[in-house]
Amino acid sequence: MPLPNRGAPLNYQFEFGWLAEYYPQIVKGIGITIELIAVGAVAGISLGIFCAWVRALGPAWLKPIVALYVELIRNTPFLIQLFFIFFGLPSLGPQLSELQAANIAMVVNLGAYSCEIIRAGIQATPKGQFEAGASLAMTRFETFRHVVLVPSLQRIWPALSSQVVIVMLGSAVVSQIAAEDLTFAANFIQSRTFRAFEAYIVSTAVYLALAVLLRQVLAIVGGLIFPRRAAR
Amino acid sequence: MSLIEITEVRKSYGANEVLKGINLDVEPGEVIAIIGKSGSGKSTLLRCINGLETISNGSISVAGAQLHDDEVHLKALRLKVGMIFQQFNLFPHLTVGSNVMLSQTVVKKTAKPEAETMARRMLERVGLEQKFDAYPDELSGGQQQRVAIARALAMQPMALLCDEITSALDPELVAEVLAVVRELAAEGMTLLMVTHEMKFARDVCSRVVFMHQGRVHEIGRPEEVFANPQTPELRQFLGVH
Amino acid sequence: MIEFTIWDILRNLLLATRWTVVLSLVSFVGGGIVGLGLLFLRISKRAWLRSLAKYYIELFQGTPLLMQLFIAFFGLGLFGIDVPAWLAAGLALILWSAAFLGEIWRGCVEAIAKGQWEASASLGMGRLQQMRYVILPQAMKIAVPPTVGFSVQVIKGTALTSIIGFVELSKAGTVVTNATFQPFTVYGLVALIYFALCWPLSKSSQILERKLNVAHRNH
Repeated sequence: MPLPNRGAPLNYQFEFGWLAEYYPQIVKGIGITIELIAVGAVAGISLGIFCAWVRALGPAWLKPIVALYVELIRNTPFLIQLFFIFFGLPSLGPQLSELQAANIAMVVNLGAYSCEIIRAGIQATPKGQFEAGASLAMTRFETFRHVVLVPSLQRIWPALSSQVVIVMLGSAVVSQIAAEDLTFAANFIQSRTFRAFEAYIVSTAVYLALAVLLRQVLAIVGGLIFPRRAAR
Repeated sequence: MSLIEITEVRKSYGANEVLKGINLDVEPGEVIAIIGKSGSGKSTLLRCINGLETISNGSISVAGAQLHDDEVHLKALRLKVGMIFQQFNLFPHLTVGSNVMLSQTVVKKTAKPEAETMARRMLERVGLEQKFDAYPDELSGGQQQRVAIARALAMQPMALLCDEITSALDPELVAEVLAVVRELAAEGMTLLMVTHEMKFARDVCSRVVFMHQGRVHEIGRPEEVFANPQTPELRQFLGVH
Repeated sequence: MIEFTIWDILRNLLLATRWTVVLSLVSFVGGGIVGLGLLFLRISKRAWLRSLAKYYIELFQGTPLLMQLFIAFFGLGLFGIDVPAWLAAGLALILWSAAFLGEIWRGCVEAIAKGQWEASASLGMGRLQQMRYVILPQAMKIAVPPTVGFSVQVIKGTALTSIIGFVELSKAGTVVTNATFQPFTVYGLVALIYFALCWPLSKSSQILERKLNVAHRNH
């Protein structure tokens, strides 16, 4: 990213006139940021559920692989995961578009975090629930699917929601591989207008609004998936 | 002048008035039992005297120290009355000795050696001088409560407030705590206790206060109150018909 | 064209790792100091101080760290200062860490039983004395595992400073990639170095947490 001249004078005049001309870029950027987190949340949480199942109840041979994946992702920066996928993987074959790479990176990232969160929810399941399932002749997987999973998700839904918001805010770095998200729009505008400060203030405000909105949406989704009484 | 003067004290939580004008004067050396159903306001009254709850109306003073809602006045008040809690509330990160010394050194700025001498004396008084270096989680509930009493006594208060101090104890541990309180009473300490131990109240207390729906419903010497309850509410509470 | 061995690459990356470590330490310590201030505001008796801290925390937790870095970088420039990248990076990371640490620690203070406040109040202690002698010593104990855990987020957060031009591990990764055309190897190594920094901290946080839970059960 080329850095503009920052030697601004003290009597700086704020100037937001550019908004009129550039709001289509911002709207497009918001759209892509929303698309990224929507795909990331649905696919990432699904991946997390699968991984949590593996770690809690799955086949022994798969456990160390999932554990390695989770630890690797949780202990490296998202930016490097993104660079590795976008710049590194093509040397092995697959050519990815910026958006594909960004999507994959977000799914992989959220998958690892949600795995740990969901696993905690599964571990908090009273032992009697598994025993009750078994006594009704359900298999371990059926017990997991029908008895354990939903109360476990309900238990950790607030933590999972926070993580989704964190990943949404983290998605700002996909602009660094030229995926055209909200931050990309801000960078684009500041490079054209030299109104860096205003461009970033506006996009920061939009991110804040998106974070608040996303929290609301997740609370509503939680209310739909888990109607009535909280599981303890 | 009475030691504790409670005048027209009212206390509300929102629209819910839990104390509806309490008047009570306590003379030095008196031992007062406050009895009543849960929700009658007896614990709230005790907590108000120590400033743990703010009062909505009326006044409370202890040996001339007025209850006001600022730190200077609260500190002056709290130096005159100690409080013992149902859940002991010992400081778990400190030894028994440090529990008893802490507020002496921090609040009263007593030098460490004197504070330690005082702590050992007070622990001896409750029969726990050998536990000076133990941590609270190494003690039984009864022992913890006796340490809490020693901790309050070490501040040399003029009165002690006891908020259901035996209610969290296993039955076999109640006696050892009550024995300590009985001794304090015999030595002339002014005591206000919210309690469910009716036999103890009858044997030790100079006056019994029966609270009902935020008011002092009946008050008198224990032999009168217990033998000859005047109101149907107290009769029902005591289970006499 | 010059040939780069894997050792050349690794040496260059490790040299840059020093700056990741330095920036992480500065951010963590600075964030801790500011975060302690936030904690005191957050549990203050005055409502407006509490909401001040609350809005600060929501602002910094509700916006991307990258945006905070950009605003520090470009915003300080408005005051006529030519801001070096390290200054903007340090400042933004300190303010960001403070928000998270302040919130983590508030949780720990609030986890201390109400009776501890009441007992110390009844002994005549003022608010600062209660905090210093009774509440904080207990809260600090339970604060250790999540605080250590958050240090991992700080280290990972420093990677974003490469975007405003601070030369640390991630920036070095990009530079070395551009010189060697071996993105797979270079970013793989960069990831492994981050892992080597972060994993021991994550693991000790987990172990400390487990120890604490066991200790609690025994009480």
